[in-house]
Amino acid sequence: MERPIRVLVAKPGLDGHDRGAKVIARALRDAGMEVIYTGLQQTPQMIVEAALQEDVDCIGLSILSGAHMTLLPKITTMLRENDGADILVVAGGIISDEDAAILRNDHGIAGIFGPGSSTHAIIDFIREHVERSSVEG
Amino acid sequence: MELVAKARAGNRRALARLITLVEAGDAQAQTALAALYPYTGHAHIVGVTGAPGTGKSTLVTQMALHWRSLGRTVAVLAVDPTSPFSGGAILGDRIRMQALGGDSGCYIRSMASRGSLGGLSRATGDAVKALDAAGFDIVIVETVGAGQAEVEIAREAHTVVVVEVPGMGDDIQAIKAGILEIADVFVVNKADREGVERTVRQLQMMLHLGSGEHRDGWEPPIVQTVSNTGKNIAEAAAAVERHLAHLKSNNLLELRERERIEREWKVIMRETLLRQLLQRLEPHVHEQLLKQMSERQLDPYAAANQAIESVLEFPQSATPSGQS
Ligand code: B12
Ligand SMILES: Nc1nc2c(ncn2[C@@H]2O[C@H](COP(=O)(O)OP(=O)(O)O)[C@@H](O)[C@H]2O)c(=O)[nH]1
Ligand SMILES: [Mg+2]
Repeated sequence: MERPIRVLVAKPGLDGHDRGAKVIARALRDAGMEVIYTGLQQTPQMIVEAALQEDVDCIGLSILSGAHMTLLPKITTMLRENDGADILVVAGGIISDEDAAILRNDHGIAGIFGPGSSTHAIIDFIREHVERSSVEG
Repeated sequence: MELVAKARAGNRRALARLITLVEAGDAQAQTALAALYPYTGHAHIVGVTGAPGTGKSTLVTQMALHWRSLGRTVAVLAVDPTSPFSGGAILGDRIRMQALGGDSGCYIRSMASRGSLGGLSRATGDAVKALDAAGFDIVIVETVGAGQAEVEIAREAHTVVVVEVPGMGDDIQAIKAGILEIADVFVVNKADREGVERTVRQLQMMLHLGSGEHRDGWEPPIVQTVSNTGKNIAEAAAAVERHLAHLKSNNLLELRERERIEREWKVIMRETLLRQLLQRLEPHVHEQLLKQMSERQLDPYAAANQAIESVLEFPQSATPSGQS
């Protein structure tokens, strides 16, 4: 049996908008994934530590506070420094197109999904992009 | 195996991968288990079980903080059910465990129950072995107390903590789930709520109504806690430690370990034998036996004998009394 995809869904920073994160968590579960939900107010350190301990294939960050340009690059940088560069990182929430382009091109956020994104598109994106490398290594 | 050496040296990424590997239960997992098994047998394995929302994750966090303050290292394995519909799961125990973050002496892993009862206890048992081999002093396994599967997991632990809360209807939840028999320590959490005394009294009554004699000559203590404020956490942790001391001083720990290992061994043999038997059974024989049983021409015992005989060189018999 194929091992289910494991995803950490987290909300970085001091942002209380958690509807989107919950919608995504449920959609991913219904698509057969194992979702580790860590809740609100997560620091980049907490997110990276949880992702590494849980050995997730993907990190999903939900951010509607406007602080994405400082928080998201911090997370991907810490991941790289801690041997977690192979983990797929996607994000959603209120992120302008210009910011999204920078985050994608320069900061290793593979996919960015704003308001109204279909959960099907998000599920397909994650399935397509996670690295199902052998765990040996 | 390199992963095992790295995990034992404190590399958390290696430990995380090792758990993923053993959880899968495939051929690679067996290699990993063989490499880590010699290092197991040192951790105190503590099971914490109870109905959803009773405060297990909060209690586990507080006990872990308490043990950390005494310099002991702690790993937590938090098991939640897999959705029977999608095969996915939402694992939310970490929400309550934030206080354990940023501490290299602490490790938290969430696990979905994935599939069958037997599979669940195998996967958790093997993940516990990886954490044990990585050198944690205490490994806490949190499971939702809802039935047989949890009872099975609890049997893997040296000390089982059953969590109750006041005012969840008239009956103690544990009676329904049948997990009363496995409790070594009762925690009545949310003792800030109304009806604690009543819940404690009910538990006391049940304990004394039982067979009269307690398992292993140990009477399970009842500790009242308020986990979200930390009240009486030290007492709960002390009760858990007293139980281990009791097992050790009476040579019961060795006995429990022996029983657990034998149980595990038999499960593995049963699964392996069945798998090999089914692999070797000719498809047409398989089909024919099924058909004969459906048409009531053959009973299941006779069919089992025929299947086994068609595969093995030395015939064996499966009789009702022969089960063990
Ligand atoms: C509902 C809401 C609230 C609710 C939140 C309730 C809750 N528990 O979530 C309440 C009333 C509490 C609230 C408060 C505030 N809000 Co408000 N709120 C909204 C509103 C109207 C809708 C958000 C929502 O829930 N949408 C529904 C969900 C399902 O959509 P979503 O989160 O966008 O998620 C989708 C995608 O973004 C994506 N997605 C989201 N997360 C993730 C994660 C991953 C991994 C992936 C792949 C995809 C993904 O997929 C989802 C499905 O399509 C938005 C405006 C808007 N239209 O977005 C403002 C908005 C987000 N709020 C805003 C503000 C300013 C505030 C306040 C600061 C207001 C104030 N001055 O008090 C406070 C701050 C609260 C706090 N503590 O953080 C601003 C943010 C501005 C900015 N970032 O630049 C917005 C954009 C309104 C605006 N136009 O000004 N808010
Ligand atoms: N009043 C009260 N609430 C508590 C106590 N312990 C935990 N809680 C709350 O109970 C809820 C469920 O706790 P959680 O640890 O997630 O329960 P679990 O599902 O058993 O793991 C949370 O909102 C906790 O804050 C307690 O002792 N008293
Ligand atoms: Mg819990």
